[in-house]
Amino acid sequence: MEIIMSIVAGVLFAAGLYNLLQKQLLRIVVGTALLSHGAHLFILTMGKLKEGAPPILDYDISEYTDPLPQALILTSIVISFGLTSLLLVLTYRAAQENDTDNMENLRGNHDE
Amino acid sequence: MLIAVLLPLFITLLIPFVSKFKQKFHTGIFVLLIPLGIFIYFVRYISEDFSPVSASYPWIPSIDISFDFYLDGLSLLFVLLISGIGTLVTLYSIYYLHKSEKLAHFYIYLLMFMTAMLGVVLSDNIYVLYSFWELTSISSFLLIGYWNYREGSRYGAMKSMLITVFGGLSLLGGFILLQLITGTTSIQEMIAQSDVILDSPYLPLILVLVLLGAFTKSAQFPFHIWLPDAMEAPTPVSAYLHSATMVKAGIFLIARFSPIFNAYEWFFIVVSGIGIITLCWASYMAVRQTDLKGILAFSTISQLGMIMAMLGFGTEAAVFAAVFHILNHATFKGSLFMIAGIIDHETGTRDIRKLGGLMTLMPISATLALFGTFSMAGVPLPFLNGFYSKELFFENSLHLDSGNLWLAEFLVQAVPYLAVFGSIFTFVYSMYLLFGTFTGKKNLDELPSKPHEAPLGMLVAPAILIAGVIIIGIFPNLLNENFLAHAALAVSGHEVHEHVHYWHGWDSPAFLMSLTVLALGTLLYVFRDKWTGIYKSIPGALSFNKVYDNLVAGLDRYSSSFTKGYMNGSLRRYMALIISTIFIVTLTVMLGTDGFSFSTDDLAEITAAEILVAAMMIVAAFGTIFPKNNIGVILLLGIAGYGLALLFVFYRAPDLALTQLVVETITVALFLLCFYHLPKLRPIKESKRVKITNLIISFAFGGMMTLVGIAAHSSKWFETISGYFIETSHDLGGGDNVVNVILVDMRGLDTLFEICVLGIAALSIYTMIKLRRNKEER
Repeated sequence: MEIIMSIVAGVLFAAGLYNLLQKQLLRIVVGTALLSHGAHLFILTMGKLKEGAPPILDYDISEYTDPLPQALILTSIVISFGLTSLLLVLTYRAAQENDTDNMENLRGNHDE
Repeated sequence: MLIAVLLPLFITLLIPFVSKFKQKFHTGIFVLLIPLGIFIYFVRYISEDFSPVSASYPWIPSIDISFDFYLDGLSLLFVLLISGIGTLVTLYSIYYLHKSEKLAHFYIYLLMFMTAMLGVVLSDNIYVLYSFWELTSISSFLLIGYWNYREGSRYGAMKSMLITVFGGLSLLGGFILLQLITGTTSIQEMIAQSDVILDSPYLPLILVLVLLGAFTKSAQFPFHIWLPDAMEAPTPVSAYLHSATMVKAGIFLIARFSPIFNAYEWFFIVVSGIGIITLCWASYMAVRQTDLKGILAFSTISQLGMIMAMLGFGTEAAVFAAVFHILNHATFKGSLFMIAGIIDHETGTRDIRKLGGLMTLMPISATLALFGTFSMAGVPLPFLNGFYSKELFFENSLHLDSGNLWLAEFLVQAVPYLAVFGSIFTFVYSMYLLFGTFTGKKNLDELPSKPHEAPLGMLVAPAILIAGVIIIGIFPNLLNENFLAHAALAVSGHEVHEHVHYWHGWDSPAFLMSLTVLALGTLLYVFRDKWTGIYKSIPGALSFNKVYDNLVAGLDRYSSSFTKGYMNGSLRRYMALIISTIFIVTLTVMLGTDGFSFSTDDLAEITAAEILVAAMMIVAAFGTIFPKNNIGVILLLGIAGYGLALLFVFYRAPDLALTQLVVETITVALFLLCFYHLPKLRPIKESKRVKITNLIISFAFGGMMTLVGIAAHSSKWFETISGYFIETSHDLGGGDNVVNVILVDMRGLDTLFEICVLGIAALSIYTMIKLRRNKEER
């Protein structure tokens, strides 16, 4: 199963990157969101998949899944959510101010 | 000794205050006392039984860098030249520079230079020597660019800076290698270990690096090009830096290190070879110049080449001759520069084509120039010091010892002829300088100002130097035993008892060579108009100035086009570059270290439901690549996110599933909001080629990450630490939900800053939406 999950994560990375290399601002943000999905799945797969019960302690269970990657992913989800929403508002504002959402037109000044 | 070296530098602090009163008295009068004091301090050391003096002052003892000073005969010669000519130049500059000039700047730079130069010749520690060496470059740069409103000054300053600093850096490289080999930073200790250096495999590299430093500083072929452009400096500066002192720093360096390298065959070939080429080329080029200071600049280059050649010969007699000529050159060249400055000052031009017939108007200058130029040309008169040193040069060029290398044998054969060739042209330009300026037709109307004799104060300094020329000329052995012999001893390492003869006899080959020079030189000078056409074709396109200009301009163009080539402002391009770099580096490392390992043990079992979700995510992810519209892409992103939440459910991560569901919902809502508000979204066309490139890049990267993931999973080195978390969660953390206990208790700091991240994001969003500072509102 880990191999399949690795492939899924790889596909998420690839699709995320492809979107990241687009011209349209919105699709770049989509790309970052896909990339973070890929990363989360990656972290989860790197720990062992399915070794026991959910990590909520109970008297009759001795085998639990690894809680540490879950904690890391939880942190990461929240951070990437904050980042994605920031990027979205930035996209919105940039497109509004410059009247375009084409990255090729947003190149900055020539006399920099 | 430290005080003597650093005195000028400290005095610079006082200059701004002194120059406040420059209307009452010229700042130079105050400055004059400093080099004079140093000169008097050091002149006491001249005696027949002089022995080296050393002194040490700690600077950075932990890395073996301290102000070690070592005063031997060679240093003494240079110290006296620096302080003596420094005094005269300061005196001259008092009359040369008007009070309306920025005098404080001038004297601060000049004193800075004096400290630097004293430091160079007295330092025994290579790094201290290097520090002072670069200080001479910097102060010379400032002095050349003194009239910084002139284009030519800035160009000359830049050029000299680039060339000398290039040499300085390579010198530093040579010094570092020397220290690595010998384990000491002291030059005297290195000389004691010269056999270690001679056995080292790095010897050729060290020689090249050190010689590059010396050749660039001393304007040797082909690095001589900065010196003629440095003539944009005020004349006192040209007289001081660019004839008597700084350009001899390279000579000093070679003299100082020649006890180490002398035994190495290539030392003779390179130093003498370059020296003799410089002598010939510069004296040939000097005849072409029309600017007085231009002639003198090329003349300086050629004389330096001659000294360099003699140092390369390396025999005791040749070293003595070199030391003797260092002294002689400083006297006559300093005075000639000052006279050129006087002519410039009094007539308003330095163009020799406009000058002429000044002899009757400026008789004293003409007399001084006569002695100076005749001494420079080496005219065989027994009261000119230039004659003796040229005679010694000829004589030594005939008694060379060739090593085993064929190149050295060839050089030994060629040197006497080249020496005569160079001297003939030296004679021609000296005569042209003298007679072109002071005799012939007067054309006073063309001159910018009416010429008359210079004020007496201006003439004092060149007169003293010319007096030196004549005194050494009449008593050539006056300074031998008590002064020059010590310098020659320091260079060659042997006692040198050389006696300069007035007369070598008719049959002496050196004298015959001098006569040849005199005869051919006169002939060439008289028929100058007939043959100078040769200059149109012979440097022509081969001129080294053109090479330098093309190099600098080409470097500029190349680097600019290189930068523009990859920094085109397109973020996509940068992204693609970054990803490709990560891909290539990771792949190389993984393949190089045999990092890809695949084992199928210990895998979780495959279930149908998971496969289904995985397939759904893959389809959704692929779907975002082929957008029909953006809504579709956003919804597909949502599908991938919910698929991930489902996977979290399968893999027993309830908290993750919960969070992921909520976050994905909000994210999709935000995306839709953003989409709704974006102004007139047009689909953007992509060319097929770009699409394919992007596909290749992204899928190569995704594939690599898959492989990395599998490889990482296949090689687990140790057990996870999560056992501890599960065991202690209840007892120490007081909670049963281990993930939550980790988040708020065991690794609570992460959570704190994650809260910060959310807070900052929220504030930024608020700011971006609320704060508007448009142009209208300002």
